[in-house]
Amino acid sequence: MSELTLGYFLRRLGMWLLTIWIGATLIFTIPRLAPGDPITAMVERMIQQAGYIENSADLIEAWRARFGLDGPWHVQYRNYLLSMVRVDLGYSLANFPARVTDIIGRSLPWTLGMVSIATILSFCAGNLIGALMAWRRVPAAIRNILPVSLTFTSIPFFMFGILLISFLAFKWKIFPAFGNYGRGVEPGWNLDFILSVLHHGLLPVLSIVVTSMGFWALGMRGMMVTTDGEDYMILANAKGLRSRRIFWFYGIRNSMLPQVTALALNLGAVAGGSLLVELIFGYPGLGYFLYQAIISADYTVIQGIVFMLIVGVATAVLILDLLYPVIDPRITYSKGQT
Amino acid sequence: MSVATAAPPGGSPDSTRRGLNTWDSPWLNVKFLLGLAMVAIILLMAGAGPLGLYDTTRARVASAPLNLPPVWTNIDNPFFGEPDPEYPLGTDSDGRDLMAVLLVGAPRSLHIGLIAAGAGMLIGVVLGFSAGFIGGWWDAFVRTISDSIITIPALAVLIVISAFVKNLDVVILALLLAAFAWPGPTRLLRAQVLSMRERGYVQMARLSGANTFSILFREMLPNMLPYLAASMTGNVSAAILAATGLEALGLGPTRIPTMGMTIYHAMYVSALFRGMWWWWGMPIVALVIVFTGLFLMTVGLDEIANPRLRGVREQ
Repeated sequence: MSELTLGYFLRRLGMWLLTIWIGATLIFTIPRLAPGDPITAMVERMIQQAGYIENSADLIEAWRARFGLDGPWHVQYRNYLLSMVRVDLGYSLANFPARVTDIIGRSLPWTLGMVSIATILSFCAGNLIGALMAWRRVPAAIRNILPVSLTFTSIPFFMFGILLISFLAFKWKIFPAFGNYGRGVEPGWNLDFILSVLHHGLLPVLSIVVTSMGFWALGMRGMMVTTDGEDYMILANAKGLRSRRIFWFYGIRNSMLPQVTALALNLGAVAGGSLLVELIFGYPGLGYFLYQAIISADYTVIQGIVFMLIVGVATAVLILDLLYPVIDPRITYSKGQT
Repeated sequence: MSVATAAPPGGSPDSTRRGLNTWDSPWLNVKFLLGLAMVAIILLMAGAGPLGLYDTTRARVASAPLNLPPVWTNIDNPFFGEPDPEYPLGTDSDGRDLMAVLLVGAPRSLHIGLIAAGAGMLIGVVLGFSAGFIGGWWDAFVRTISDSIITIPALAVLIVISAFVKNLDVVILALLLAAFAWPGPTRLLRAQVLSMRERGYVQMARLSGANTFSILFREMLPNMLPYLAASMTGNVSAAILAATGLEALGLGPTRIPTMGMTIYHAMYVSALFRGMWWWWGMPIVALVIVFTGLFLMTVGLDEIANPRLRGVREQ
């Protein structure tokens, strides 16, 4: 009985909402706990930059109203949550006519593409390496070489990125150091553009894959060792099944679920780490624009991007949760049976 | 080709034949000890300044000549100065002695991680134990909250905080990091309590009239130590990672030099492009030692906690 029951779906949806609500509440609370009035500070900074702003008092009032800072806190909070539900994140302060949602809409696809490809590659490669490390039928020579691929595990993504840039981009000039595609390339579905995107995206992806692969490999190794001791593995062997079949359909299949759980739990950390990777590589995703917003004190964009990031990670976790029954049919989600 | 050799935990059969061998303790795990040594070296660096072994005041701006390469190099570039044994790791473009920055900053990064992970662990012990033992609605509540906090990217929320609060204090930063460090230990402890609650020795203790408090802390906690320690080192690493990321964005504490801040300064004046590799290289090497040390400790502690992991290699 592996179907997705309505109860399970609703519970997961509830978790998704709860996560986003906690995140939104944090973003709401933090600026209000900070000393001083962020709106006034913001407008003062704008005046400093622009030299003179004609109607700064009006602007402060308008922003205060926009932020919902002009009422009792529970009204402010309600209005804030309502605007979040409508995905109305307001205007950018630094580039005024631009809406925050426009900036996010432009940068999100790049982040989404880069981070999801990197995460999937690292998850698959890491799990395969880990499984092979624990698999006794693999020649010992290979099993002993595999851990070498885990050398860079635990180093922050962005630091490995700096190393990659300094060697592969500056010293040997094999890969470009900045950007998402070459300057003279016309964006669109043509080969030049796609190749250019791949060429530019390889180093950021590599810096995430190489440094996070080992985490999955170690987890998988542990699970595989445990699975290998199970009775059904002995039976599969005794039945004379081919070693490759046992490895994929008995070993990996059964060791997979805790790894998927771990993936869901670590997506937040991966997303956070990738912000810095984008910054290092000048890759125009959320992290890059977040940094631009930080240096120009563009609070609405900072809040908007962080909110989107929380929503994105929560959604990815929700999708993973809903995929569980497919990955592991042993688990039933109906409430009655346990 | 044997499928499962259920080797007794604790090593080869002849060691059991010879009786207890003091050198056979699972705590003498090579990975764990190597990692511990790496972390200890970084921690001991903090002593260099106060003990007068090195003049760490030169970590300040404009206390050293500019752009000196490290001592062992031989760079022919008129832009950089001559290597000076006085400044073994070279200096940066703002006149900081990088050796002094290393001695002051590297232990500091570790301190932040230790405070954050320690505080997170404390919260985790309280919540995890109470959730596992009390059960019911409290368990459901703790589990739900920790499951949802764990997916929120800590770095992103910290960026919002430090964008609004300028000049974060080191301790405050550590405590903010702790706010995101507790769900891991909480989940772990809750699961452990649930699985240990029905074990024989816990039931024995309960039968002999031990109270809940003493069952939790005298019977269960010692058995969880390796798990807790592995979770702790992992958390220290995660906290340092978040703190370094924040600093590398120029958002960390600005009064004391830290490794992340050094990377930020180096990136800010494009040291990468100017070939001043020793500037950004120093913090990276220091942090790689910290992270690799913590990682080896985590892996070693995992093997200490789970004897099955030790067996694979021996085949």
